[in-house]
Amino acid sequence: MLTKRIIPCLDVKDGRVVKGVHFLNLRDAGDPVELGTRYSDEGADELVFLDITATIRSRKTIVELVEKVAENVFISFTVGGGIQTVEQMDELLRSGAEKVSVNTAAVENPNLLTEAAKRFGNQCIVLAIDARRSKERKGHWQVTVKAGSEPTALDVVEWAVKAEKLGAGEILLTSMDADGTKTGYDNELNKAVTDAVNIPVIASGGAGKLEHLYDAIVEGGADAVLMASITHFENYTIKQMKQYLASRGIPVNL
Amino acid sequence: MLIVIDYNVGNVKSVCNAFRHIGCEAKLSCEPQDIESAAGLVLPGVAAFGFAVSALGPLAELIKKLVLSGKPLLGICVGYQLLFDQSSEFGCHAGLGLVSGNVVSIPTTQIVPHMGWNLVKLPEDMDLFAGLAREKHFYFAHSFYPDVTDTQAKIAYTDYGFDLPASVQKANIYGTQFHPEKSGKTGLKVLKNFAQICKRSNQC
Repeated sequence: MLTKRIIPCLDVKDGRVVKGVHFLNLRDAGDPVELGTRYSDEGADELVFLDITATIRSRKTIVELVEKVAENVFISFTVGGGIQTVEQMDELLRSGAEKVSVNTAAVENPNLLTEAAKRFGNQCIVLAIDARRSKERKGHWQVTVKAGSEPTALDVVEWAVKAEKLGAGEILLTSMDADGTKTGYDNELNKAVTDAVNIPVIASGGAGKLEHLYDAIVEGGADAVLMASITHFENYTIKQMKQYLASRGIPVNL
Repeated sequence: MLIVIDYNVGNVKSVCNAFRHIGCEAKLSCEPQDIESAAGLVLPGVAAFGFAVSALGPLAELIKKLVLSGKPLLGICVGYQLLFDQSSEFGCHAGLGLVSGNVVSIPTTQIVPHMGWNLVKLPEDMDLFAGLAREKHFYFAHSFYPDVTDTQAKIAYTDYGFDLPASVQKANIYGTQFHPEKSGKTGLKVLKNFAQICKRSNQC
């Protein structure tokens, strides 16, 4: 049986891992290669590296980072942040990333998903969605772009369904409302998206306790859970997370 | 020396890194003379099937010739799918035809892609899995799989709502749908076993 995945997320800024609350007030969390290697040794199922500066200068740094990580870490990892073209994806995949994630560029040019899937296969195209609860429409979420700074008119569930058709092979679904709060994932959001698509969904934003991981999988229907604060700053190891989930009957690779 | 075939698809470097990590000499190359003199060949691949076929181009015939005369070959992910007759990913494309079977899409009764760590039952007589327990988790990321019809092929299966052929072995031809280079220590052991197979094959 396919196991549920535990995925630590490393937000990278100026060559360091950082973590904030609601995408703001960043704290330093360490060296990306060291931290990535540690999580891999602890039994993480995958890693996600997000270049949160995503400038022309940081692009070179992130390629070098991917190369270094790939020399030391023998599990799958995804890289995202500011990717705009198939050529940039190719560079990252050739440098050792298994998957690439796109957000803003896919909203601006949805065909990018199709082009990328035709070239690399849809299994390595991750659509990242930063979702914010709509104030106007209850039970709806709004897609936001540019690292959460710009709301769009897109509805999250509709966008997820469309992106699957276009070629996205996985959705990395971040609740901006829950991000960094450690009060639990937005499982209403997770459930709305996992019910609507047939590709894997990674729940992200809000993990603070072990039971939050269980809830995202059982209530939210998530195939994988992503976390940052809970692994960077709290005392939970990946192994503890997996043992907890296993004790509650969730299939994991322990 | 193992040659990891560099044919302009993603993630070839990771396979080289993994071999180097376990102390095996592996070189990334698309030069025919390197491929001819290699102790064994690895055909990796993160790509759509059709793209991989056209990227491989004339190397396909060379690889086929060498493998049919006994050189060990390990196909990984799309490289594994390339071992078979044809695939229906984004149109119909012919593969290398080294193992009988067609590459088809995973039924949408399952979540597609099949993504993550799944348990593979490892038959005792498959050389890639020597020294491993009878079942192990490996990392998968794919939307298509080979429906293996070759009666000479040994097959290791994983359960994804149906028996999905996760790995085959037919004489000197090996393939894994999962990524050994992304499957942690268990995956590195599989690569080590392949390196041993190549070493043995070149001694006799």
